Amino acid sequence: MGETRKIALTVNGKRYEEEVEVRVTLADFIRHQLGLTGTHLGCEHGVCGACTILLDDRSARSCLMLAVQADGHDILTVEGIAPSPDKLHPLQQAFHEHHGLQCGFCTPGILTTLIEFLRDNPDPTEQEVRIAIAGNLCRCTGYQNIVTATLDAAKRLRAQPASASNLPSSS
Amino acid sequence: MKPPPFRYHDPKTVSEAVGLLDSLENAKLLAGGQSLMPMLNFRFVLPDHIIDLNRVDGLAYIRGAQGALEIGAMTRQRDLEFSEAVRARWPIMHEALLQVGHRQTRNRGTIGGSLCHLDPAAELVSLAMGYDATVMVAGPKGQREVPFAGFPVAYMTPAIEANELVVGVRFPQWAAKHGYAFVEFSRRHGDFAITSAAVLLEGDASGKITRASVTIGGMGTAPERAREVEQAIVGQVPAGTLFREACESCRKLEAIDDVHAPASYRQHLAAVLSRRALEKAHARLLEAHTGRPH
Repeated sequence: MGETRKIALTVNGKRYEEEVEVRVTLADFIRHQLGLTGTHLGCEHGVCGACTILLDDRSARSCLMLAVQADGHDILTVEGIAPSPDKLHPLQQAFHEHHGLQCGFCTPGILTTLIEFLRDNPDPTEQEVRIAIAGNLCRCTGYQNIVTATLDAAKRLRAQPASASNLPSSS
Repeated sequence: MKPPPFRYHDPKTVSEAVGLLDSLENAKLLAGGQSLMPMLNFRFVLPDHIIDLNRVDGLAYIRGAQGALEIGAMTRQRDLEFSEAVRARWPIMHEALLQVGHRQTRNRGTIGGSLCHLDPAAELVSLAMGYDATVMVAGPKGQREVPFAGFPVAYMTPAIEANELVVGVRFPQWAAKHGYAFVEFSRRHGDFAITSAAVLLEGDASGKITRASVTIGGMGTAPERAREVEQAIVGQVPAGTLFREACESCRKLEAIDDVHAPASYRQHLAAVLSRRALEKAHARLLEAHTGRPH
């Protein structure tokens, strides 16, 4: 094992203190060391978007960060999106109802990407949604149902203003 | 695909970073990581040391300075994209940034990283060339400034020494009423451009062009100013086929053949995209002067 560092960070609201090899990517750290395998790894070079997480409320590709860089920061993964174990987030509910996923491999990255997008842009056009997920590759659904689900989720979130504050946030 | 082993350093000040660069062999600077991290994962680079700039104080800022925009090297592309000042006075930068990767990469990617990586198709590199930006570089002997025209010395190779680092960049300001356009062709939104055109125009209400900057990206080893086009249109009131004829000279610019496109295709794109960018920029110039869309 090469050089290691001790890091402290928050993931999905839970505090972790871990010893980590400095060359380990944030994605591998999340999956292998924390056991949160909801974050998927497709290309491991920043193209497919499957490993997208939120770092201090901003989406980032966790394969393009080192775990040591997350020291002191706040991470949200797909496991942290739902408000409770038996209740889906409105975005997840819309994906479920509109068949916005098939194999599900790209879904964690698409959901985290869209959590940030809908927070910044609560009333998007279809074109804006398509651009927002342009950095997430899906090989099953052809995007049509993903876009439909997102537009519907935006509508649901707008209809219940309270739920806007239910969006997972570190702050 | 995992990064190779390296020693990790996270300096807190510029002088600490310069000291590390000066004393360590085979060290790489890590900025936003949107280019270096894939290269590490692929093991295209095998550094003995990584010097992470993300915890260095005072390298992330956007500020006006005597008619210019000064941007700290570690300023995220996202923060430039959302900056009101940038949008109001350097609007071409906003337009170009929307074509830089995706939100997920702009959240991390930095302007300093982009300029130093120096991909010939990178949007921010083209803008720095089009604006004649000035790069601020820190080294063991203090700070120096490098005009952007002399910044690319070879393919993806900036004019900085191994013990220096870029700390900021200064973009001069064009007249409050100017025309601008950034146009690129890529296979998919957010991909690297195959070829791009960045245009800045100054002029008067009659439509006469008094100053022009035309930059073509994605052709050769670095973005290049289309001087022949600039000379052909300054002093003119565009009409008829002026832009179309002027842009033909872009076919003579040097271009590379690669897996994405042959040189002749890039040269064709250069002529087409520069004309489209000129038309869009000139319409905006007229609109700025008359308050009406053109």
